[in-house]
Amino acid sequence: MILHLIFYAYALVAVASAVMVIASRNPVHSVLSLVVTFFAMAAVWMILHAEFLALILLLVYVGAVMTLFLFVVMMISVRQESRRKGFVRYLPFGILIVALIIGLVVIGIGPERFDLSHYPAPLLPGADYNNLTQLGSILYTDYVYPFEIAGVLLLAAIIAAITLAHRGPVQRKVQNPAAQVAVRREDRIRLVNMPVEKK
Amino acid sequence: MLDGLLLVALIVAKIIALVIGIIVIVLYLTYLERRIIGFMQARLGPNRVGPFGLLQPIADTVKLLGKEIIVPTASNRFLFLIAPIISFGTALAAWAVIPLDQGVVLANINAGALYTLAISSLGVYGIIIAGWASNSKYAMFGALRAAAQSISYEIAMGFSLVGVMMAANSLNFQQIVLAQTGGFWHWYWLPLLPLFIVFWISGVAETNRSPFDMAEGESELVAGFHVEYAGVTFALFFFAEYANMVLISALTSLFFLGGWLSPFEGIPYLQSWFAWVPGFVWFFIKFSFFLYCYLWFRATFPRYRYDQVMRLGWKVFIPITLIWIVVIGLAVQFHLGPWFSIEGMAS
Repeated sequence: MILHLIFYAYALVAVASAVMVIASRNPVHSVLSLVVTFFAMAAVWMILHAEFLALILLLVYVGAVMTLFLFVVMMISVRQESRRKGFVRYLPFGILIVALIIGLVVIGIGPERFDLSHYPAPLLPGADYNNLTQLGSILYTDYVYPFEIAGVLLLAAIIAAITLAHRGPVQRKVQNPAAQVAVRREDRIRLVNMPVEKK
Repeated sequence: MLDGLLLVALIVAKIIALVIGIIVIVLYLTYLERRIIGFMQARLGPNRVGPFGLLQPIADTVKLLGKEIIVPTASNRFLFLIAPIISFGTALAAWAVIPLDQGVVLANINAGALYTLAISSLGVYGIIIAGWASNSKYAMFGALRAAAQSISYEIAMGFSLVGVMMAANSLNFQQIVLAQTGGFWHWYWLPLLPLFIVFWISGVAETNRSPFDMAEGESELVAGFHVEYAGVTFALFFFAEYANMVLISALTSLFFLGGWLSPFEGIPYLQSWFAWVPGFVWFFIKFSFFLYCYLWFRATFPRYRYDQVMRLGWKVFIPITLIWIVVIGLAVQFHLGPWFSIEGMAS
């Protein structure tokens, strides 16, 4: 009962903030609404006993990815009016695409494939259920190859990104403490013997 | 129904007790900061309000609460006001899983360590939003620096946490501390020494404290991201910063110094003499030590240059943690004694 109330509260927040992402005029508000959506979805996952995934969602997406989004949006400062231009023009296409996606989703996961007779409600996990160890043991036994391949793909993506952005060695002014300490008085100061000048 | 209400009332009472405890610690941390740094610099510090100036933080609080909240005209009013609330809220929310003694914890969840890391990574939003909503160059630069710095050092902290998790075989705070049972040479500061140092220094950088206080470098940015804030809104940022210091200190002592475990465990005579001391006292002493180090660093070290901060985080700390994770993996796999022997891992 209370769990249902919590779920509906977070679900409502998630949907409302997701609408705000596309409806708000200010791009920074849009990104912040997306953050709220992620947060609410993490709470919903938490209710589903997927605590590890929920916390990773917070840590990776909210903590790191969305921060970079926010940086980019703040830096480029999009004109607020330009986003409203063409809203009416593109509306029919938008509605068409949304209708298509919803139709596909309904056909794909409709009651004839995913009702209770095909997928009975999962048993409530016991008190000693540990989401972390369950996930780890499945990930490193049954799905170890997909997991490793995903890791290698990410590594390739990192190397590719660095290669694209790297512009070769530049002249950096990194200090060398050993050289700094090794400097002697004679290297820096030249004493000039000069007769006193008369006025 | 009545039982449910009682349960909720009990939880709320616990939360209030914890929050009041944190507030008192933070208030006196500000007092001690001024006093200790004062003594280190051969001056007295605040000593007028009450005996030894002990009522100074209360006077400061009353002053800040009584001041006007100034909202700049060109700022984004809603975000400007919500930013300090986000900072304050995330600084407090992370405390939900911190155990004070064996079994004395608000929420004993399995992924507790991950939770604190996730919540403290949310704190960066308070800073970015404050910097952007103020509509000021200094605040924006401060926010950019603070955010870039805390994202960079979060990686090193996360990797140190991976090492702790591998050694303790758990992310639950209770189990992490209990895995360190058996004398201070069993605490993880010794087998995980590089990770301990990396975590500690990253913690100082993560909270944007001196010598990594690029975010508020007074000579360059006036005060950084909270330059436009006054009164209570400023007090909330100030409070969040100090609460985060206490949090990082508590985390370091839980992960690497055995939390509430007695340092005299396993030593003949001393162990039985100090057996009556409750675990909370040891925990308090341990995290007070780290808090003192925060103040000590501030009085001792000059500020880092920004590129040096980034170099330290990315090119020094992350490789160290990566190498030591492999070492820990081997040590755990081959049951390297005395820390990862078979009977130690069974607990």
